[in-house]
Amino acid sequence: MTKLTYIAFDGTRFDVDASDGSTVMENAIRNDVPGIDAECGGACACATCHVYVDEAWTDVVGEPEAMEEDMLDFAYDVRPNSRLSCQIKVRPELDGLTVSVPERQG
Amino acid sequence: MSDVIETDVVIIGAGPVGLFAVFELGLFDMKCHLVDILDRPGGQCTELYPEKPIYDIPAWPSILAQDLVDKLLEQIEPFKPTYSFNRMIAGIEQLEDGRFRLSTDDQEVIEAKVVVIAAGGGSFQPKRPPIPGIEAFENESVFYSVRRMEAFRGEDVLIVGGGDSALDWTLNLQPLARSLTLVHRRPEFRAAPDSVNKMYALQEMKKLDFEVGQVTALKGDGGKLQSATVKGPNGEVEVPCTRLLPFFGLTMKLGPISDWGLELKDNLVVVDTEKFETTRPGIFAIGDINWYPGKLKLILSGFHEAALMAQAAKRIVSPGERVVFQYTTSSTNLQKKLGVA
Repeated sequence: MTKLTYIAFDGTRFDVDASDGSTVMENAIRNDVPGIDAECGGACACATCHVYVDEAWTDVVGEPEAMEEDMLDFAYDVRPNSRLSCQIKVRPELDGLTVSVPERQG
Repeated sequence: MSDVIETDVVIIGAGPVGLFAVFELGLFDMKCHLVDILDRPGGQCTELYPEKPIYDIPAWPSILAQDLVDKLLEQIEPFKPTYSFNRMIAGIEQLEDGRFRLSTDDQEVIEAKVVVIAAGGGSFQPKRPPIPGIEAFENESVFYSVRRMEAFRGEDVLIVGGGDSALDWTLNLQPLARSLTLVHRRPEFRAAPDSVNKMYALQEMKKLDFEVGQVTALKGDGGKLQSATVKGPNGEVEVPCTRLLPFFGLTMKLGPISDWGLELKDNLVVVDTEKFETTRPGIFAIGDINWYPGKLKLILSGFHEAALMAQAAKRIVSPGERVVFQYTTSSTNLQKKLGVA
């Protein structure tokens, strides 16, 4: 199990145990983290699971691929540490990862 | 009044479940007309993820979403369904004889004995960008599509987005506009490379401006836009504009169906699990748009719902006629309809 932390827009903290291979989006939905809509169900076909990766983690998490960058065009308030959480796969190196939920989804 | 399209069943939504409903209804000799807001059949499968494999369609260990749609179109071909694309159902009324008269946003009129809502996540509509106060400028200065190019002549046009719509309209409106600015979050585009090159060439010739950034605020009065604030890597710039065209993709909304007096639960249409009929007799709902206890939003669940709905629809379309359950493997009657016997 890998520990993930979500910070909702109102500051509420959600600590969850995630299994490797699942996505950061799936774990948010499973744990009722508010503000992650995931309209398309994880197909990288909308931009409603947008999160900000904690600055300390951006290198480990890595950069979005081209298709995800394209979808990020539709997100709200995109920043350099923006990612679509359905495209981040949980793996042991991400133990302790913190992501924050934006004010709203696109 | 324009010609009326008369049919047995009108299906709202031409996604996989709407398409398969044509098959199940067709086996019972019911003629179908499909209405969809998109310009082709396939719904989300075609619009959102045509090249994604689906792994839970029975007997298909893996099938691409577009291939599933193509197979469904092939399967329903014998029943010759008709379509209204680029249309949204705007109104519905029930006639004295029990039939329904539906009108589209394009004044098309369809009369049917049965209505099947197979609208998935709702109708695809342009996404409103999250710019504070944008609503006040809509339809006056802010448009989500170009209906008439002339409306942009002599205007200071601001286009936001990085896909084909944004680039195509940049190229098409540039000769008409007084000035044109394209704003996109990054210098890379999703649009056809040829359009992107043309845009950069026009920028070289100083015939348009391209700014990297995101629109954060709009200024203007009484619906009339004056300028937009663009936040880019080098800070904020104020771009004068009288027309704004944001292209932020599509989102799904339940739309006018929510005003039909049907019982809803969290924006889904409540149905029974025997007939998948809504709280208004004669109006059914199948696929992702419906809700009942235990509902799963799976394509295969929608297929099952279509089969049961067809039995009930037949009793409305042909009252008094006995509905005989038959197998396509053994019934010559069904095989004839499919054109294989």
